Amino acid sequence: MGYRTVAIDFDVGLRNLDLVMGCERRVVYDLINVIRGEATLRQAAIKDKRLENLYILPASQTRDKDALSRAGVEGVIEGLKKAGFEYIICDSPAGIEHGACMAMYYADHAFVVTNAEVSSVRDSDRILGLLDAKTHRAEQGLDRIKTHLLLTRYAPARVVKGEMLSHKDVIELLGIDFIGAIPESPAVLQSSNAGVPIILDTTTDAAQAYIDVVHRFLGEERPHRFLDPPKRGFFSRMFGADAPVAAAG
Amino acid sequence: MRWLEYFRRSSPGSTANVAKDRLAIIVAREGRSNIKATYLPQLRQDILQVLAKYEKIDLDQVTVNVESQGECEVLELNVVLNDPSNVRKAGSSARHAPFFSDVKSSSLSAR
Repeated sequence: MGYRTVAIDFDVGLRNLDLVMGCERRVVYDLINVIRGEATLRQAAIKDKRLENLYILPASQTRDKDALSRAGVEGVIEGLKKAGFEYIICDSPAGIEHGACMAMYYADHAFVVTNAEVSSVRDSDRILGLLDAKTHRAEQGLDRIKTHLLLTRYAPARVVKGEMLSHKDVIELLGIDFIGAIPESPAVLQSSNAGVPIILDTTTDAAQAYIDVVHRFLGEERPHRFLDPPKRGFFSRMFGADAPVAAAG
Repeated sequence: MRWLEYFRRSSPGSTANVAKDRLAIIVAREGRSNIKATYLPQLRQDILQVLAKYEKIDLDQVTVNVESQGECEVLELNVVLNDPSNVRKAGSSARHAPFFSDVKSSSLSAR
């Protein structure tokens, strides 16, 4: 899309964003170094080799989480805004611990990423409650954080069989705006193995689904795809292997 | 033996529906899907305190649920009273549309 974007890893102690983005060998300074004033944002932010305007700010792996202070995070976000970044993505760790609270605190939008599984859906409900109560916008009485539901590892074939909650079920349960479903795909694992974001492998259905999500987030109307199982002929149903979507599920 | 599955199209039971029903209760109880219902845990606590004046009641014996039936929402309150001889079930369902219009007038009666 060409926007100046930075992704911050908030999972202090379990840093992984650099690994899935394939830049783990270029990490010198991290978020905590910046908060403590041991490095500047310019030193710590790693430029992505594939995309011109994408930067990654890694989490620290060893230090203790308390170093991630609210004032420190605010300073980093303000610094990034001043540096001309149009989108600041805060990658939240799973759960409701300190790292997650810090990642969501200054957010304007929140992507609630869940799969169609009971524990995941319940946790999402819990996170939505925190987004409405324990964030800068909530505490200052500003407009609420805009929440978007992103379903991952969705297997339409299993939904049809009644083995998986449908996207409609999850939308009804959580009651927030649905931005898209990413189909279960073996390509996701291959992408993370290689350290290449799945969205760059545009031949895969998962990448196409993510691209749709980005366009919807930027305000474009796009029909939802990959919500129905692929059509299969008589012979493939009788003898064929499962379609990729079902095989990974 | 995939070809056999062709003849077994009807699956024995839909676990997705079970998941949805289970979640509907928890998610409503945690009170986010309906903003108006965020005070349900507190309401439950207050009701419990009132009941405790008259009867020995276990915290787990009071359940407060909200169900949607078309356009109206139903607040369901279930209290199990511990009777020494036998445990009877006393229930009171306060039904209102619109939601919770007159909480004060809802009476809690033991059947």
